[in-house]
Amino acid sequence: MDEASAQPAVHHHAPPQGFIRKNVFSLDHKVIGLQYYGLALAAVFIGMVLSWLMRLHLGWPSLAIPGLDKLTANGAPGGIMTPEYYLSLMTMHGTIMVFFVLTNAPLAGFGNYFLPIQVGAEDMAFPRFNMMSFWVTLTAFLVLIAAFFVSDGPPISGWTAYAPLSAVGGDAGPGQALGQTLWAVSIAIFCIGQLLGSLNFIATTLDLRTKGMSLARMPFSTWAWFVTAIIGLLAFAVLLPACVLLILDRVAGTSFFLPAGLVVSDKLQPHSGGSPLLWQHLFWFFGHPEVYIAILPSIGIVCHILPSFLRKNILGGTRTVVSSLVAFGFLSYMVWGHHMFLSGMNPFSAILFSVPTLIITIPATILTLLLLGSIYGAKVRFDSPALFCLGFISVFISGGISGFFLAQPSIDIYLHATYFVVAHFHFVMAVAAIFGIFAGTYFWAPKMFGRMMNETLAKWHFWLTFIGVYCIFMPMHYIGLAGNVRRYAAFTDDYLTPLIPVHKFMTIAALCTGAVQLIFLYNLFHTRFWGKKAPDNPWESTTLEWSTPSSPPPFDNFGGKHPVVYRPPYEFVEGGTTDFLMQTSPGEAAAD
Amino acid sequence: MSGKFFGLLVGMITVVSSAFFVLHTWWLPPDISRLGHGVDHQLNETMIGTGLLFIAGQLVLAVFVWIYGSKNETRKIKFFPGGGAVMVTFAIVIVGIEILVLTFVGSKVWASIYIDPPPANAMQIDVSAEQFAFYFRYPGPDGKFGATHPELANDGNGNFFGLDPMNDVAARDDIVVATLTVPVNRPIVLTMHSKDMIHSFYVPALRLQQDIVPGLTIPVHFTATKEGRYEIVCTQLCGLGHYNMRAFLDVVSQTDFDQWLKSQSGD
Amino acid sequence: MQKKYVVLAALGLAVSSAHVLLGSPAKPAGSAVITGKVSYSGTPPKMKPIDMSKEPVCAKEHNPPDKTQNVVTGDTDALQWVVVYISAGDQGGAAPSAPVRFDQKGCMYLPHVLAMEVDQPLEIYSNDPVAHNIHPMPKINNEWNKSQPPGSPPIQTKWDKPEFIPVKCNIHPWMHGYFAVLRTSHYDITGEDGKFSLKGLPPGKYTVTAWQEQYGSQSQEVTITAGETKTVNFVFKVLPYSF
Repeated sequence: MDEASAQPAVHHHAPPQGFIRKNVFSLDHKVIGLQYYGLALAAVFIGMVLSWLMRLHLGWPSLAIPGLDKLTANGAPGGIMTPEYYLSLMTMHGTIMVFFVLTNAPLAGFGNYFLPIQVGAEDMAFPRFNMMSFWVTLTAFLVLIAAFFVSDGPPISGWTAYAPLSAVGGDAGPGQALGQTLWAVSIAIFCIGQLLGSLNFIATTLDLRTKGMSLARMPFSTWAWFVTAIIGLLAFAVLLPACVLLILDRVAGTSFFLPAGLVVSDKLQPHSGGSPLLWQHLFWFFGHPEVYIAILPSIGIVCHILPSFLRKNILGGTRTVVSSLVAFGFLSYMVWGHHMFLSGMNPFSAILFSVPTLIITIPATILTLLLLGSIYGAKVRFDSPALFCLGFISVFISGGISGFFLAQPSIDIYLHATYFVVAHFHFVMAVAAIFGIFAGTYFWAPKMFGRMMNETLAKWHFWLTFIGVYCIFMPMHYIGLAGNVRRYAAFTDDYLTPLIPVHKFMTIAALCTGAVQLIFLYNLFHTRFWGKKAPDNPWESTTLEWSTPSSPPPFDNFGGKHPVVYRPPYEFVEGGTTDFLMQTSPGEAAAD
Repeated sequence: MSGKFFGLLVGMITVVSSAFFVLHTWWLPPDISRLGHGVDHQLNETMIGTGLLFIAGQLVLAVFVWIYGSKNETRKIKFFPGGGAVMVTFAIVIVGIEILVLTFVGSKVWASIYIDPPPANAMQIDVSAEQFAFYFRYPGPDGKFGATHPELANDGNGNFFGLDPMNDVAARDDIVVATLTVPVNRPIVLTMHSKDMIHSFYVPALRLQQDIVPGLTIPVHFTATKEGRYEIVCTQLCGLGHYNMRAFLDVVSQTDFDQWLKSQSGD
Repeated sequence: MQKKYVVLAALGLAVSSAHVLLGSPAKPAGSAVITGKVSYSGTPPKMKPIDMSKEPVCAKEHNPPDKTQNVVTGDTDALQWVVVYISAGDQGGAAPSAPVRFDQKGCMYLPHVLAMEVDQPLEIYSNDPVAHNIHPMPKINNEWNKSQPPGSPPIQTKWDKPEFIPVKCNIHPWMHGYFAVLRTSHYDITGEDGKFSLKGLPPGKYTVTAWQEQYGSQSQEVTITAGETKTVNFVFKVLPYSF
């Protein structure tokens, strides 16, 4: 579709008045984007603290952590963590990180802020839905956090909440009464927020592009947000009913996921006719696209940022990159069974699922090679956004490689549910996706706050974090190969005891790397209020967000004007006073 | 400066990470099963193939950043020869071939363990998984397993399988134990049930893992080829005691096994 | 002979003054005794050996392995772990403030059956280098479970309604026991000889109940006068299979 959308912005809303309208219940996509980002920031620090507690316990199980007994009703008598408390920390850590950090910041955060600007629109297509989506998401977060404070404690079934453990109710163990119900309610509410957000992203991309902004001229980040929103629409539309069914099994006596004859805590359960595997199918049909929702925006952000620091476009240009993103997203719907190779479903289906799982490595490899090939012949500028993009390439390779092993059922027989899996998803999600968020923050801070972040602090943040994440997550591959089972609150088995020194090492690395993130937090807050004033286009970039009349942009983004786009993004030229051409600069455009 | 540092750092990370893989510093335990070598072979092949890709990818990154990160105002921008098409072709061809080979060989390994039927003389042992222990049942001298009744299950009495020996004669001689004892080199079929949650039966030394799902009876088979004591651990999160859920697999000689069986029946 | 009566009287005086001083309800201390033996008839079931191999540090404390305890027989035809108590008639005094103690040791509950009164403090100790999660499963009291990782303090609790409460460990499935929460202070639990003795009863009409975890309860009515010792025996019909 090369036809530029000739429609001007359909919705005009008057500039907001008053503090509440401007900063709290705002219709402005930029404020909403920052609200999402702020929520993700709070969530990531909570999630990180939970992981520190987990890792402390794994390295030193009999450690009495002062104050821990005050934090929880009965999870840590004398400060010593009980097994169920460890599992509840793990469940909340995973849930908070996957949903409230990785689905929030790169997609809802940056996407809300920059998608309308990058397509030249005044705001999202449905500003009221947009505002609603944030408050719905915040509600979901608060419901989830409430689970920490119920008498039985938070749920212990992991972010994957497999039935029957999640469906039986309180008999299944501590945390499985009200805590688990709150979890299911929270996630169901979260789905609604995401669906509203997806609608906005898709409608805005299709309908509100300014004159000259054909789909082919959209930046990589916009394409990534657009594709991710489509994936999200279908994925969250399955998770929502799955959570409803789970809640019904728990409170209404239904048996969607519970077979007959369950004896839990010596009590015969009254359910019959359901299938625990049904939950897994529904969850992973959502769950696999979900993890691609977590990584795709970061890939898009990295592809968007790098050209400014290489002074050339990504190799292959829009066509190749976007085709790979689309293939990546499309295939993500066909692979969910690779989480279920050993689940008890028909073993033939394992072979069936492993084929698209292996095929999906092709677009991932293409993207990696395009990024690598872009560096060839470039003039690299090493500002902090670039460092995180280059670091992204390294960690994306590391994370992707372990996927090759897990995609094969014959190898998964051995590696399933070991720390090898934990290594894989942390590299791609906790490291690569987060690096994308860091890159985006350092890159777009001058536009969002009108101020430059401190480069020295940013560089310290990068180098220490880059070393730190390898120290935390690379050893997980090794202990996984040794058969170290995951989700264990303690390592009491004979064959696991020799691995405890490795756990101690990873704990220390995690604590140190966590402390380093305080540098980022300090830098972010200091910049927001006292940072050096930023020029309008500090990175000499080409896309529409750098052509707004001010930083931060005015409430309607372009100061009453509708920008006209003459050329594709990432056009760099040699000779002449500047080496780049903004999308708004007229004159002969290179072939799209 | 940053470019060289980045290149060096990535290079070092690559060398150190790879070393631990190559040196097998932490590695799989020795394989003691008839079919496990297929899994090990597949793992090693993948390790080599992806290891090369890993090292190549990281080193290319390191070298490119080193070279093109150098400050040289007069250097001209260059484009990778062949453009994006080269990358696409490389990915499709190289990764495509790797996928085909791995799928073809790997499917045969998978099928040999999970699809092919067990050998005809396999000995059947019934397995019950519950929060938080595994229990194993042998049919006893009558060769028949008694029927199980979930409503009769009682851990305090030791009735882990819900047997009714009062009324079910076949159940009277069933041997219920917490340790899986098997004779070496004898095919074993485990019929696995769960009383409450999804558990999983994992024996790293056998290269065998299978989820145990309530409502389903799931069979797996194996032949242990080396005597010794090995650990069986639960790998599917099943509640607070998940970390403590394990049993031992005792692989003994046929004579020792027969003796053990007799001593259990006497009790 | 005379000296004994003087001593007894002095003791009685001391005890009743102590009661008055300590302010417990004025119930005259009795002197009657109901005693007897609990035995079984029929072929008792064979108890099963407990395989603790998943927890080696406990397994090595029991060599040869302990057995299940749902039907424990003793000398000749004696039945152990039977709670014998007054279920009707004089109920005895208010709950004592002295706690009763339940131990987790070597991955077994000690004692197998612990009797206590309503509202009497109960202390649960874990003495093992592994975590336990004790889970009493009452039907009318409040159900709860609590983990005790190694080094954690004892659990302090009590029960406010009379009930025979099965207790299990959520982590070690073979660990089973009972809390016998009783309204009366007149109770006893039979040992290896199957004998019980309910002392200090005021004269009156009583119902004596014997409860065994596998075979339920049996009751007999007894009328006693001051200072009398009456014998009441219980016989439980057992079956060759306990499951």
